[in-house]
Order: sequence, then structure tokens, then C-alpha cells
Amino acid sequence: MQPFGTLKGFGVTFKHIFKKPITQQYPEFKRPVYPRFRGRHRLHRHANGLEKCVGCSLCAAACPADCIRVVAEENTPDNRVSAGERYARIYEINLSRCIFCGYCELACPFDAITLGNEFEISEYSRDDLIYTKDMLLAEPIKRIPVQDPVLFDTPIPAYKRES
Amino acid sequence: MTWLLVAAGDAGEPWWIAVIKSLIVINLVLFGFAYLTLVERKVMGRMQLRYGPNRAGPYGLLQPIADLVKLIRKESFFPAAAIDSLYILAPFLAAFTALTTFSVIPWGPGWEIAGYQVNGYIADLPIALLLIFAVGSIGIYGFIVGGWASDSKFSLLGSMRTCAQLVSYEVSLALSVLGVILMAGSLSLVDIVAAQEAELWYVLPQIVGFVVFILAGTAETSRAPFDLPEAEQELVAGYHTEYGGMRFGLYSMSEYINLITLSALAVTLFLGGWHGPWLPGPIWFLLKLFVLLFFFIWMRTTLPRLRYDQLMRFGWKVLLPVATINAVVTALLVVWI
Repeated sequence: MQPFGTLKGFGVTFKHIFKKPITQQYPEFKRPVYPRFRGRHRLHRHANGLEKCVGCSLCAAACPADCIRVVAEENTPDNRVSAGERYARIYEINLSRCIFCGYCELACPFDAITLGNEFEISEYSRDDLIYTKDMLLAEPIKRIPVQDPVLFDTPIPAYKRES
Repeated sequence: MTWLLVAAGDAGEPWWIAVIKSLIVINLVLFGFAYLTLVERKVMGRMQLRYGPNRAGPYGLLQPIADLVKLIRKESFFPAAAIDSLYILAPFLAAFTALTTFSVIPWGPGWEIAGYQVNGYIADLPIALLLIFAVGSIGIYGFIVGGWASDSKFSLLGSMRTCAQLVSYEVSLALSVLGVILMAGSLSLVDIVAAQEAELWYVLPQIVGFVVFILAGTAETSRAPFDLPEAEQELVAGYHTEYGGMRFGLYSMSEYINLITLSALAVTLFLGGWHGPWLPGPIWFLLKLFVLLFFFIWMRTTLPRLRYDQLMRFGWKVLLPVATINAVVTALLVVWI
């Protein structure tokens, strides 16, 4: 029945005024990201303090957006930076170009670069989006909580798990 | 200054009181427009399980001011192929006529302040209702000329739709009011309010007219579900596609003020105007006005947009016959009873 259906619609909208909105108020409430979320990159060190990156440039080769720049140099006995033969003297990622595909992570033979959880990386200037090695090596400020890996980091996709 | 005396209705108040009153009323209407946008966004948000704007100031109360500052600071560009003079003048015409129509709506009984007579209206014209419709029709030129002058297909399409829709629904709107005019025996809004106080609110005997008035009025102010002139999904924005900054602001303002005026007119014609027990007149007027505005917002949230042929069929085959029959029956009853 057309007119009664319309009136019912009015009732539904009116009822919803008194319900609690489902909005998550973003800057105050940060929704946890999934454990395999691909955010800002990180460079890692070995436990003895040496860098994992050996400056092989495989990440730069794998990068579809061409946003990684690696300049390698030989390790010397009195200047040993990485565990391998060479180390990355310059390691820069232009995050305004990066598409966060994670291919660099896949290409890396030493797990030196991974994609972290931070997505709040806006800046006022494009130059500020070029992350240098020091920034990538530094421990990032924990802004975003990560969701439970036991719940979400499973090989079974969620849509299959439900049924 | 004799023309001002005429405008003041020659109702025993000095002309400068009318000027002060019109200043106050214009500013109140503008204030009402600004906060109507906020109320609309808030109410719609809550109906859709959102909060609506809540960042600018406490509860988002400064949002209209933030919007205004943003609009004013924007660049006043216009398309290269636009007809400059018409393009610039059209929003002013729309906003001016929208503000003008509010002048004849009575909102109180009139007071005696410091020995001066202050009437509860700016002007009591014997043809107030005609004036509202006439000035409102001039305001439509603002929409049509603006869309046409900006030389864009979307604007032109929006203008054409506005034109077709307003022509279709103007007839029903005028006919729906006819019953009230016949019952009150006057075109003056002050007289109509007085007649309702003497008898009863015209919403009861003229319930058909009221419903037709609200529906046709929704179409006149091109609000959902009759918002085809600015159907975002098809037309980008309608006639104001090429407008930006405060010129767009003027269009938006005139639309909302038209809505306020229409609701005020509905209150005056059908809901007894400013009359009501216990509370003073202006408060009652605002209360009734707010209920109607809330209803318009409510309707916008609830109903989806009509298709174009549905709109035309509804206007010509449903509203117009109903309004005509209502007017004829009212005329017969007024003559024979």
C-alpha cells in the first residue's frame, strides 16, 4: 500500500533520531588497523645494531611507482654499518609517490624494509614527504593500535570464515 | 518619505520604526537561514545515525559562521563564455526577492513601546498574498537567468527543469490558497490571521488546501522529494553549477529563505499565524514555523526523489484537480452557508 508505506518511512526516520549514532569520532577514536595493514615504511636493524639493509636496490627495482632511491657504499672495517658487504648510504622513499603496494617488502631478501601501521602521514609540504634513512630507521610514534592478530591475521579470509 | 508611510500601511507608526523593524527582521531571517542549514544538517545526520557537524564550536554551533567565512573568502570566478552582467546580477535578484517577501508576514499583535505604536508586521498590504506570489515569481527569474547566463549544459538543464517545475506547481500553489482567501474574504495576511482568531484555524476546514499547499510548496522551493532542478546525480548541481563563493552562497541563501517564507506563509494562512494561548505572539509564530521547517527536513530525509514524469503527472493530474475542486467546493460553501 503506497501511502501507508510512505507514512511508515516517516516513522522510521523519526525513530532514528533517538538512536545513538554509529559514527566513530576519528581524531579522538582511532579504529585499529588490521595486522597486515600496509602503512608507512620502516627500516630494521639486527639485534646487534647493524642495519639489515645491504643496499642491493632490489626494492627500488621492484617499486612500480619508482619512489625509492638507494645509493650503496662499501662497508669498511672501521665503518661497518650493515651486516653485508655494502650498506645503503642514501635510502629515501618519496611517500607522495608511494602507492603502498608492499612490493618493496616482498623484494627485500633480508626483511630490511617492512610496511608499518601508520597512515597519519599528511604534511603541509611535498618535500616533507620524502622520508630519509634516519626517519625510516627511527622507531615510529605509536599512533594507531593494531587489531588482534589471532583474530584477523589468518590465512582463511573473513568471508569464508563466517559461513 | 510618503512612500515609506504607504509601505508601513499608514498604521499609526512613524516611518522610521518600520525601517528599524525591517532591519531587525532581515537580520533575523538571515540568522534563521544560517542556523536552518545547521539544524537541517544536524537533524538529517541524526536520522541517518550520524552526528552531523560537531567540530566548529560547541555542538557545531559555529558551523554556519565557518561556512560563511569560507564562502566569502573564495575566489569569485566565472566561466569565460558567461554573460557577465546577467551572471553577476542573477544571484542578487534571487536573494533580494527572497528577502522582500518576508515583509508582509505578520508575526505579532503590535505593541506600544515608549509611546510609539509598533505593529507586528512590516507592511500590511491589502494585496499581501498577491505580492508574495508576484515577487516570488520574479525571484524565479534569478534562477533561470543565472543558469542560462552561465553557458553550461548542466546549468541550462537545471534552469529548464526549474522553469518547468515551478510553472507546473505555481498553479496548484495559488489555487490551494484560494480557499483561505474565500473564507477570510481578504488578501491581507493581517486580516487572514485575524479571521482565523475569530473563527478557527483554517487547517481544519481547509485540510485539503493545506496538504496541497505543503506539497506544491515543497516543489516550489525545489526540496526533496521534488528536488529535480538540482538533482546531484544527474545535473551536478542544477542552475548554480557554475557558481562559486558567495554567489553560490546567495543562491543557497535565497533557497533557504524561500523555504522559511513558505513555512511562514503556511503558518499565517493555515495555522493561525502568531495566535496561541499563554505565550506571546512572536514565540508562537516561531514555534509553528519551526515545526513546519522540521517537517520539511524530515520529508527530505525520508522520501527519495521523484522521476521527472512522476513529478509532472503528480503536479498536473493530482495536485491541480484536487486544488481546483477544493477551491470550487469552498466557494460554494462560502456562498450558501
